[in-house]
Amino acid sequence: MTNHWVDIKNADLIIVMGGNAAEAHPCGFKWVIEAKKTRKAKLIVVDPRFTRSASVADFYAPLRPGTDIAFLGGVINYLLSNDKIHHEYVKTYTNAAFLIDEGFSFDEGFFSGYSAEKRSYGKDTWKYQLDKDGYAKLDETLQSPHCVFQLMKKHYSRYTPELVSKVTGTPKDQFLTICGMMAETALPTKTMTICYALGWTQHSVGTQNIRTMAMIQLLLGNMGMAGGGINALRGHSNVQGITDMCLYSDNLPGYIAAPTDADADYKTYLEKRTPKALRPGQMNFPQNFPKWHTSLMKAWYGAAATEKNDYAYDWLPKKDGAYDVLAIFDRMHQGKMNGFICQGFNPLAAVSNKKKVGDALAKLKYLVIIDPLVTDTSEFWKDFGEFNQADPARIQTEVFRLPCNLFAEETGSYTNSGRVVQWHWQAAEGPGESKGDTEIVATLFQKLKQMYAKEGGKLPEPILNLTWPYRIPNKPSAEELLMEISGKALADVYDPKDKTKVIVKAGEQLAGFIQLRDDGSTACGNWIYSGCWSQAGNLSARRDNSDPSGLGQTLNWGYAWPANRRILYNRASCDPAGKPWDPQRSVIKWLGDKWGGNDIPDMRPDAKPEEGVMPFIMTQEGVARLFAPALADGPFPEHYEPFETPLDKNPFHPNNAKATSNPVARVFKGDMEVFGKAKDFPYVATTYRLTEHYHYWTKHVAINSVLQPEQFIEIGEELAKEKGIKAGERVKVSSNRGHIKAVAVVTKRIKALDVDGKKVHTVGIPLHWGFKGVAKPGYITNTLTPSVGDANVQTPEFKAFLVNIEKA
Amino acid sequence: MALQSLDIKQRSATTTATPSVRQTVEVAKLIDVTTCIGCKACQAACMEWNDIRDEIGTCSGVYDNPTDLTENSWTVMRFAEVEEAGKLEWLIRKDGCMHCADPGCLKACPSPGAIIQYSNGIVDFHEENCIGCGYCITGCPFNVPRISKKDGKAYKCTLCSDRVAVGQAPACVKACPTGALHFGAKEDMQDYAASRIIDLKSRGYDQAGLYDPPGVGGTHVMYVLHHADRPGLYSGLPKDPSISPLVSLWKGFAKPLATVAMAAVALGSLFHYVTKGPNEVSKQLEDELEKEDAP
Repeated sequence: MTNHWVDIKNADLIIVMGGNAAEAHPCGFKWVIEAKKTRKAKLIVVDPRFTRSASVADFYAPLRPGTDIAFLGGVINYLLSNDKIHHEYVKTYTNAAFLIDEGFSFDEGFFSGYSAEKRSYGKDTWKYQLDKDGYAKLDETLQSPHCVFQLMKKHYSRYTPELVSKVTGTPKDQFLTICGMMAETALPTKTMTICYALGWTQHSVGTQNIRTMAMIQLLLGNMGMAGGGINALRGHSNVQGITDMCLYSDNLPGYIAAPTDADADYKTYLEKRTPKALRPGQMNFPQNFPKWHTSLMKAWYGAAATEKNDYAYDWLPKKDGAYDVLAIFDRMHQGKMNGFICQGFNPLAAVSNKKKVGDALAKLKYLVIIDPLVTDTSEFWKDFGEFNQADPARIQTEVFRLPCNLFAEETGSYTNSGRVVQWHWQAAEGPGESKGDTEIVATLFQKLKQMYAKEGGKLPEPILNLTWPYRIPNKPSAEELLMEISGKALADVYDPKDKTKVIVKAGEQLAGFIQLRDDGSTACGNWIYSGCWSQAGNLSARRDNSDPSGLGQTLNWGYAWPANRRILYNRASCDPAGKPWDPQRSVIKWLGDKWGGNDIPDMRPDAKPEEGVMPFIMTQEGVARLFAPALADGPFPEHYEPFETPLDKNPFHPNNAKATSNPVARVFKGDMEVFGKAKDFPYVATTYRLTEHYHYWTKHVAINSVLQPEQFIEIGEELAKEKGIKAGERVKVSSNRGHIKAVAVVTKRIKALDVDGKKVHTVGIPLHWGFKGVAKPGYITNTLTPSVGDANVQTPEFKAFLVNIEKA
Repeated sequence: MALQSLDIKQRSATTTATPSVRQTVEVAKLIDVTTCIGCKACQAACMEWNDIRDEIGTCSGVYDNPTDLTENSWTVMRFAEVEEAGKLEWLIRKDGCMHCADPGCLKACPSPGAIIQYSNGIVDFHEENCIGCGYCITGCPFNVPRISKKDGKAYKCTLCSDRVAVGQAPACVKACPTGALHFGAKEDMQDYAASRIIDLKSRGYDQAGLYDPPGVGGTHVMYVLHHADRPGLYSGLPKDPSISPLVSLWKGFAKPLATVAMAAVALGSLFHYVTKGPNEVSKQLEDELEKEDAP
């Protein structure tokens, strides 16, 4: 979230789209209700199904799964053609005025630079026109045909209400009602917030779904404002923390881009990731990259990381290909992996195409499961009849199960969706022989280290030199780890303005990332968390909920990264002169000599408004990007059909079959072959969670299982009638990858949609069942889903695919 | 089941005068249906606090589960899909005991002290005195009490009288994530409901209102409804609930007998004997009565 949970109460309009906050985030949803009660806020829900969120909404509209960009692109067109934008904000705080290379174009679904063979774009034309000093050129009149504003206007002029309705199935009048409601928040004193979740990410165009909404929020001037922002509701109590600490192979902790084979040496690596400012006088905060990276390496390798050895750069793995979850299982499926350590993860249930995952696991020599529960994955090799057909005699994978503790059995920190790091204390001892995850992994590491020390190996240095300063080597404590993550001075750290003045003494905890150095004098395990455990102690353990502003800005509750800032880009909540756009919801303001107010300013504290330092300090240009060349699939979001679509062409590009689905999404060999076609699988399916359950965990819990005991799927009354299916009967749902059987819930809440002159039915499939647990055994929902991911981050397309349905 | 620090207002089949020195504030639970998302946290909290577990059942083609109140499910969410003039509404109502000011169950109950009404308004079943005759079910205009298959006694929501007695809100209220459930003095709940109704009217729900039906003297569980003129839309919430005439008839017949508490018990036992035959429960009850008579 750019904002935070409590801040939702400050919104005038709340959009729930690409998520179902009431269902999946019932506790956080209280702030939506609060906004409705206390601010008279309106709630809009756009979803293929009339959901629990919709049940308390002021306005609901349906749309076909996988057509969010068509819908939101239509909103952009509405805002631009009806002139419902926050002009000063757009002109000053975004790259609307920036001039783009004259060679940039968009034609028949492809942006300039497309290579069909490589399924990727060359981005030579996706760039700013630069002046002689290397700064981007602007047209402040916004009239040049090459400026971002005009290019955007042209791009979305195709998204007419008629075409939007034809593609999404959303009735035109309902679409226009929503446009009108959103447009009202173009006023500086009105804000809209968006709550989304996996309903936007789990598409082959996932990243662009979110970006389209970000563009809308920029056009309306809602970024940085209280009650505004782009708010990803994270689906797991600590998934934000996991992401921050580098769950992904693409990153080192703190979203530091990991080195790849292309980064031949340390110098190349740093240069590529340390950008130059594209406008004069901007903060261009990523220019501090060497400080973050060096401090990370000092945290990992301590005295062994020196200037001479490039701070141990050679010991970091250099990525030679993709290592996202789809790529890992594809590699495993090809028999190219021996072992797999599976910690807090149930891939047989959680990853798309269950058959492929099961076949892949069967090719391993060993599988290590670290989990508090007997997961389905841990028994993938056992026969559970129709729910998991397997022949143990033919599977040689040796499975080790290491029981670990649950969250309440450990002390540590959680980071919630609003980036607030909160300490928690152990409430109970784990049962039996269970151990903390840290202890299990640390013990494993100690063993490996001993083996490397004794037997050597190809490259023992990264293992042998790792610092391990913990009091009990097999059991690092949560306190030791958070202190290391937050960072400390290894030598005295001096004030850059006065080199004689020591600001942090050697051995002291750092106050924040502003104190990080690239000369090896600081160590920090994750720069964005720097300061969460300062000399003042563990700030994540603070529990002072006093709220002087009344906006929910509880600055002494836990610690929000970065720098305890609660609303990102909050400089944009003020006009260029430093006055809040909305004095009633003032986040920060210029106090005459510095920035201050109800949040930690997202701005150099002494940057006078007349200096023109722009609010989006993480970009090289200081402004937000309506045109974003960093994305793999286009600088402007474009509608592409899901890989399994009920249509035979993309209505936006009827003459280009290659632009039917995302032209740069990666498809592995073998996966393309198992995409289904609409003639065999005529119905659109989407998967989701229920409030009563939590992923594949709570099927092990009696109370949750009482509340929702048995697997079901949902269909509309019209489809049920067509198929002769009655509520409560068992049905078989098949995709080209397999089938499941479940009870049918027949509902008025899913309607057939009129799409491109064709009637499209949606089948809703909750995902919580499996063959282990106390709930009634069920099929793994991901038996049905395809293994194709988003073009930028490879999140699988769980939310839109094709199925058939029949009576079981 | 309840702590006796609560003053008693009425007791089934008892004529002893009730204490009247202390004045108790009437309490109420307010269920704001219009902000309820049907998450069932209240059902889970009820199971946890009261230590009751229903069976892990099956899906019958709806979201409701368990599908009805049972001796182990004292509250359930009822989901109704209502479509009018092209507008769909998913009306989700938390069902359970309404804690009537004029409780039909208590009126109908022939067993002394099996049903208690506290002066704060909570209607509580004391199962140790229950003879399992099922008259409370006949007496209830909301079809709430359920007889246990395990011990033959009647069970229902206690409004967490044990929590309320020590100044805590009921478990369901404590667990509700959206603040759809409120608990406090009935007067305060009515005031709060009024503010919600103003908000709902401003959103076009012209018939929004408070459900506090006078036919049962008002209730200590109240609903804020978007369509207060049509409570039936909410999975059959009765429009004008009142106590069954059968119960009044029974009361008229029983009242002279009830002047002697023992007689009423004997009658209750007789009814029980007729409907269920002799069993351990009635024997146990007799033993207890003997014990009570002993000193």
